[in-house]
Amino acid sequence: MSDHPTPPAEKPALLTRIRQSIQRGPLPPPDDRGRMKMVMNSLVLHIHPSKVSKPALKFTYTFGLGGLLILLAAILAITGVLLIFVYTPSPDAAYESMIALQTEIYFGNLIRNLHHWSGNLMVVVGVLHLLRVFYTAGFAPPREFNWVMGITMLLLIIAANFTGYLLPWDQLAYWAVTVGTSLLDYIPVIGEPLTRLLLGGPEVGAATLTNFYGLHIALIPLGIFAIVSFHIWRVRKDTITVPRKINQEVAKEKVTTVPHLISIEFVFALVWLALLITWSAFVNAPLEEAANPAHSPNPAKAAWYFMGFQELLLHFHPVFGAIIIPGLGLLTLILLPYLDQDMDTVGIWFRSIWGRVLTGLSFALGVVGSFGFVWLNEYWLDLPGWLPFWPSFISNGWVPLAAILLLLMGYYELLKAFGSKTCEARQAIFTLLLASFITLTFVGIFLRGEGMALIFPWS
Amino acid sequence: MSNRKFSRKDFLNIVWGAAGTLAAAELSFIGLRFLSPRATDGEFGGVFNLGPYDGFPPGSVTPVETGRFYLVRLEDGGFLAVYRRCTHLGCAVPFDPAVGQFICPCHGSEFTMEGDVLNAPAPRPLDLFQLSINEAGEIVVDTSISIERDQPSPEHIVSA
Ligand code: HEM
Ligand code: FES
Repeated sequence: MSDHPTPPAEKPALLTRIRQSIQRGPLPPPDDRGRMKMVMNSLVLHIHPSKVSKPALKFTYTFGLGGLLILLAAILAITGVLLIFVYTPSPDAAYESMIALQTEIYFGNLIRNLHHWSGNLMVVVGVLHLLRVFYTAGFAPPREFNWVMGITMLLLIIAANFTGYLLPWDQLAYWAVTVGTSLLDYIPVIGEPLTRLLLGGPEVGAATLTNFYGLHIALIPLGIFAIVSFHIWRVRKDTITVPRKINQEVAKEKVTTVPHLISIEFVFALVWLALLITWSAFVNAPLEEAANPAHSPNPAKAAWYFMGFQELLLHFHPVFGAIIIPGLGLLTLILLPYLDQDMDTVGIWFRSIWGRVLTGLSFALGVVGSFGFVWLNEYWLDLPGWLPFWPSFISNGWVPLAAILLLLMGYYELLKAFGSKTCEARQAIFTLLLASFITLTFVGIFLRGEGMALIFPWS
Repeated sequence: MSNRKFSRKDFLNIVWGAAGTLAAAELSFIGLRFLSPRATDGEFGGVFNLGPYDGFPPGSVTPVETGRFYLVRLEDGGFLAVYRRCTHLGCAVPFDPAVGQFICPCHGSEFTMEGDVLNAPAPRPLDLFQLSINEAGEIVVDTSISIERDQPSPEHIVSA
């Protein structure tokens, strides 16, 4: 009936239009140039450069650890938001929520387990990522500040874990947080006001739960999100370091991000997701009896990632065990990329053959040495008893610290005398301290029984 | 010629910078005050009236569950309100009547009835709460004020 001279352009079907509106532009063109242009126009792919170094895609360089951290963060965000709908942050109701998750709510256990295991795994993977960056000198200029941001994120990840630890409000939660926050109490001057602010009172109670909940679901995740964005942007801008063999030039070859990197990431994420879901389907997150402020369990242990510190505290005066030693360690860790002058070994695992030998040797030395120290301290060494004329922060603080520092310096000089380069010697010291800390954590978790006495599972 | 002089632009930069710093300081102060702990009247943190003092025989240790302290009456009749929290890492210290000592389950610190350290790792005696005996002869403990001691001293012991 109408008399249009030309028919109106045919509109695509509604579904097609919706699908097309999500993707800015058409699907990937087959040629490289087209693909690169598409990347530039895509929000999702904006976090990657359009081309990446081919050797850097090698799995055994990054082990995908940074990417795994992002995946874990995403799983934590999604399961965490789900848990918010079930969980009530009050001492009367929190534990009930946990029971409800176990008994009433569809997939309640699965979601809680996923959240729990992803959170704990994130601490481990964060440390592994740090180690891979360290041992390949991935913090080479201009990436120093990305290392600093990395440390900050690691601290935030631990803070997120620790605040989350309280939320189930069972015995484990209550006393781990009591012991953990009491460590802060030992910081001179600001320790007490800080602990009070954190706890919202003199002891762990309703106000603490409110505070920790707010930190756990809002402040800390926002902080992590902000810094991760910055971190990833820097990785994209600075480009990732390129792996190479000893005496090999840096390969310049590049490939397009789509599909080479994206497909690896996708498969990797899918495999890890499957592993995590399977694990969480079978292994339940721990839950003990409801919190009882009148009764401490024996032994009362801090969360596992603090066991190294709790162990230090058994051997040193509190100001040293809780503040000076960890503080010195953290400061050195932050400054590492700024102190490292020897950057022509970037991308080589452990810097050199000699570096590999030293790393293995130092690790063994750290394990044996710190284990020996724990052993001696338990059965023989008694500095405060031997030096009764000095206050314990000297006899059990400065004296052992000075002895340890002297030993480390001696080791360092010895390595240099044997012709090690500065970076190799530093790497050896780092490894030794790392091995000691791992050993202390191990002792704290597995070899401490009632009254924190040293016990061996086989005895 | 004007690059040595303090220009209008420099001045404004400094003023705006100072205003920005001030704003940040104010907002941090407000934020911190907002988050500072609230007083908890009645429960732990409040004042406890435990009734007439002669209800507690010499040489007795009476737990006051809600106040998180022990009312200790020493052999000589003096009173102490001993805070239950271990000075090592904060565990709840039970009193063991069999040995007449406080023994912490967490890392094995031991304390006398007065709260003095017998066995490390606790770095100092158990804390006290302020205790007084009013005109009616009733024991009043204020759990909002805790007293830290380096050594036990008779000045902390309240006698009727
Ligand atoms: C939420 C935590 C973190 C996330 C999501 C994250 C993410 C990433 C990603 C995706 C990369 C690309 C390469 C790779 O996968 O290894 C990367 C590289 C890097 N990360 Fe992290 N990271 C985190 C924590 C850390 C920590 C704890 C450190 C060390 C203190 C760190 C320092 C670095 C540095 C220096 C690079 C550049 C490495 C190179 O160019 O070889 N990051 N990060
Ligand atoms: S908390 Fe009492 S001994 Fe450690």
